[in-house]
Amino acid sequence: MVSVRQQLDARHLLCPLPVIRVQDRIGRMARGEQLEVFCTDPGAASDVPAWCRINGHRVIWIREREGELAILIEVGGGER
Amino acid sequence: MSEQRKALALISGGLDSMLAARVVMEQGIHVEGVNFYTGFCVEGHTHAIRKRDRARPKRNNALWVAEQLGIRLHIVDVTEQYKGVVINPRYGYGANLNPCLDCKCFMVGKAVEWIEAHGFDFIITGEVVGQRPMSQRRDTMRTVVRESGAGDRLLRPLCAKNLPPTLPEREGWVDRDQLYGFSGRSRKPQMALAERFGLSDYAQPAGGCCFLTDEAYSRKLADLWQARGSREYELDDIMLLKVGRHLRPRPHFKLIIGREEGENNFLQGFRHRFIQLRTVSHPGPLALIDGEAGEEDWELAARITARFSSGRNAEQVELRVEEPQGAQRLLRVAPMSAEEVLPEWYL
Ligand code: SF4
Repeated sequence: MVSVRQQLDARHLLCPLPVIRVQDRIGRMARGEQLEVFCTDPGAASDVPAWCRINGHRVIWIREREGELAILIEVGGGER
Repeated sequence: MSEQRKALALISGGLDSMLAARVVMEQGIHVEGVNFYTGFCVEGHTHAIRKRDRARPKRNNALWVAEQLGIRLHIVDVTEQYKGVVINPRYGYGANLNPCLDCKCFMVGKAVEWIEAHGFDFIITGEVVGQRPMSQRRDTMRTVVRESGAGDRLLRPLCAKNLPPTLPEREGWVDRDQLYGFSGRSRKPQMALAERFGLSDYAQPAGGCCFLTDEAYSRKLADLWQARGSREYELDDIMLLKVGRHLRPRPHFKLIIGREEGENNFLQGFRHRFIQLRTVSHPGPLALIDGEAGEEDWELAARITARFSSGRNAEQVELRVEEPQGAQRLLRVAPMSAEEVLPEWYL
């Protein structure tokens, strides 16, 4: 089964704004869907996963290329 | 079985709000956290910008606290509505441009809206009577109760015993005897309680929870308002106040000069809004011109910028001036001497 994957551009936003954007988008997504978010604030590499952990979503991977981060999240895929 | 009661805790990322939430969780209440993003929050920003700070591990304290407590955290963007609080505080400012009392009323008011929309029963804050000169006096704590619309749905577990019983106490959802009666500026009771809960490594913000308590930051904000002749601001403006050196050589414009590569990169992101200057003959900073500078001002701006480049002792430094629409021009100028850059230009 191919999951629905949405993308979110959070580049040039400083933390916690990337987290807020992720939170607002995921609030409108269904369980099992995936969100790929792009950020430039290096703080997002710790803040977005922390937010996912406490809210029950799963970070599938984090990739970094040329100062840009891509984070793939599965909605509702965490333990909570 | 009795109904599971739910509380929303205002989580700043500091110790007091963490303890307050924890005390109520101990009593079997379902607690979730909320953190309001005003644009002035100290969290991370300069850290994210300045390259030399990047090596230090970074964390968002509010998220960290929520994770330690094992609760959900809702981060709410209030930047637009918060402008009214900063621009026109009913109860005035503290030592700097911090409108703490209005800010508390606003945030608790937002929490009231949240609990009403989400079916929660009451609100928790980490306030302690007498802790802060402006916003945590007994009389001002009453003001927060009244102005926020929270009424008796606002519980301050760390000092509840010094205050009249609130709804959750009267209804028996929480046991007042197991709440606390802290007061005054001492941090010892909080630290002892943290130890009892096995909490360590918590953040201890020096001043307050936001940049508005910072003197240098407030001075720059006051300058911005004065120069524009109005107290309006955009999120970009207040972000830029956290970055670089700010010099106002003429009343109608100021320069924002990057202090290192990370800041230069950050400032670069604003090139579509401001005229930018960059040294080309020598390594040097990127500078933005904020204001109504005409071409006749560019030379002055370029000479100041050159002063902060490695060509400061050269006869001439070449700079590229780029306008927001993309038009570019090269300028050759003599860098200013240290004495020519007047101390009063620094904001
Ligand atoms: S320090 Fe800043 S965030 Fe904290 S109460 Fe005062 S104005 Fe509000």
